[in-house]
Amino acid sequence: MRAVMDVLPYLVAAWVFLAGCYGLATSRNLIHAVGCLSVCQAGTYVLLLSVGYRDGATAPVFSDIKPGSRPVVDPVVQALTLTDVVVGATVTALLLALVLQIAKRHGTVDPDELKELRG
Amino acid sequence: MTRRARLWVLLAGGAGLAALLVAACLDLPHFGGDRHPYGDRAVHASLARRTANTISSVNFDQRAFDTLGEMTILFSAVLGCVMLLRQTRDEHRARPEPAEVALPVRRYALVVLPVALLSGLYVIAHGQLSPGGGFQGGVVAATALHLLYLGADYAALERIRPVGAYEVADALAASAYLVTGIAGLIGGTAFLANTLLPYGTFNTLSSGGTVPLLNAAIGMEVASAVVVLLARFLDQAVEIEEESGT
Amino acid sequence: MADAVIVVALLLVVAAATAAVTTRDPVRQALVLAVLGVVLAVLFTVLQAPDVGLSQLAVGSALTPLLLMLTVRKVRRRGQGKERER
Repeated sequence: MRAVMDVLPYLVAAWVFLAGCYGLATSRNLIHAVGCLSVCQAGTYVLLLSVGYRDGATAPVFSDIKPGSRPVVDPVVQALTLTDVVVGATVTALLLALVLQIAKRHGTVDPDELKELRG
Repeated sequence: MTRRARLWVLLAGGAGLAALLVAACLDLPHFGGDRHPYGDRAVHASLARRTANTISSVNFDQRAFDTLGEMTILFSAVLGCVMLLRQTRDEHRARPEPAEVALPVRRYALVVLPVALLSGLYVIAHGQLSPGGGFQGGVVAATALHLLYLGADYAALERIRPVGAYEVADALAASAYLVTGIAGLIGGTAFLANTLLPYGTFNTLSSGGTVPLLNAAIGMEVASAVVVLLARFLDQAVEIEEESGT
Repeated sequence: MADAVIVVALLLVVAAATAAVTTRDPVRQALVLAVLGVVLAVLFTVLQAPDVGLSQLAVGSALTPLLLMLTVRKVRRRGQGKERER
């Protein structure tokens, strides 16, 4: 049981990332593909936070606990993930704006149809 | 390449990647282990500068330069969206017809809007003390404004949301972050160094040196950026229409 | 005890992520992504990361699904406009 618990969060992160990649590659709708990209990003957040976890520790915020009284989890990976969540959403918005433009210029959001429009 | 061939290439590549990832996961230090050298040093540095929320200290003090990079990504993404979603010559704006809103929904939205807005501002202001900060509070405050769209209609939302003002606010907040950093240079230390302002008393609103200032700048930037983004998307979805006959 | 909670949260994330990828309709996928956002926020809180959980809740459950749905609406409106012209 302990052996499974040692690696389960990392395997979950890898699964989520691979599922997102599969959805991205087999997508028939560009908007669905952008959603799958955000699933890939979620996988990386899970990996980062799992790396920083410490058994029996609490959040690295000292407004309600006395500094040094309890062990805390790693704050550096949390800081990385925190900014990434918000910035990732705005990049998703940029990708959706591109999809909108593609729909306007080519009339379709199916990636397979877009290839046939070339040449 | 046919669809079937692509699927086979995907499966082969995916299997290889999966094998590598699993091998790497089995080699990582065990989940919940006790050895976090960077974490311990970051907590120590944050307490030395009397910032109660270590994550805010890491974001706005120890790694403030990286947060500047993240803010630049955000700003460029919003800039790209605004440019892509502008109204082109062959489009016109059509007034949307107001839809029927159920009375409980309207009452709930109008009661919760000031509460949500205030919560967002609270989260921004207390970023250096409790979990929160500019990024989270900015998103909460920006989405709180859009409760008016749910409770009333698009015309009401447009009245409290002059998009030009929010775009200017976005740019001003980004410049404020830069200027606070340059103040470090002028003060004789490094760019974005946290040595100019006094560190204050631990666990009060004005602790941590320049962390509250950078926090406020990021909060304003993220809130304005999200409002501008949603404004452009809503405009495209609700108002802008193509000229018929093109 | 804490381990059991983490395992449950991880399994919920796996289920929500797989559902989000296999839902092909973008509007339904937006709703499943909202559920994934909430489940991720729960996982982050259980992993002792309240800052990240707060951020993920605000962004993943409200902002990203809203943007996806607005894009779908615009694309479908254009499609309907073209059908009406024909």
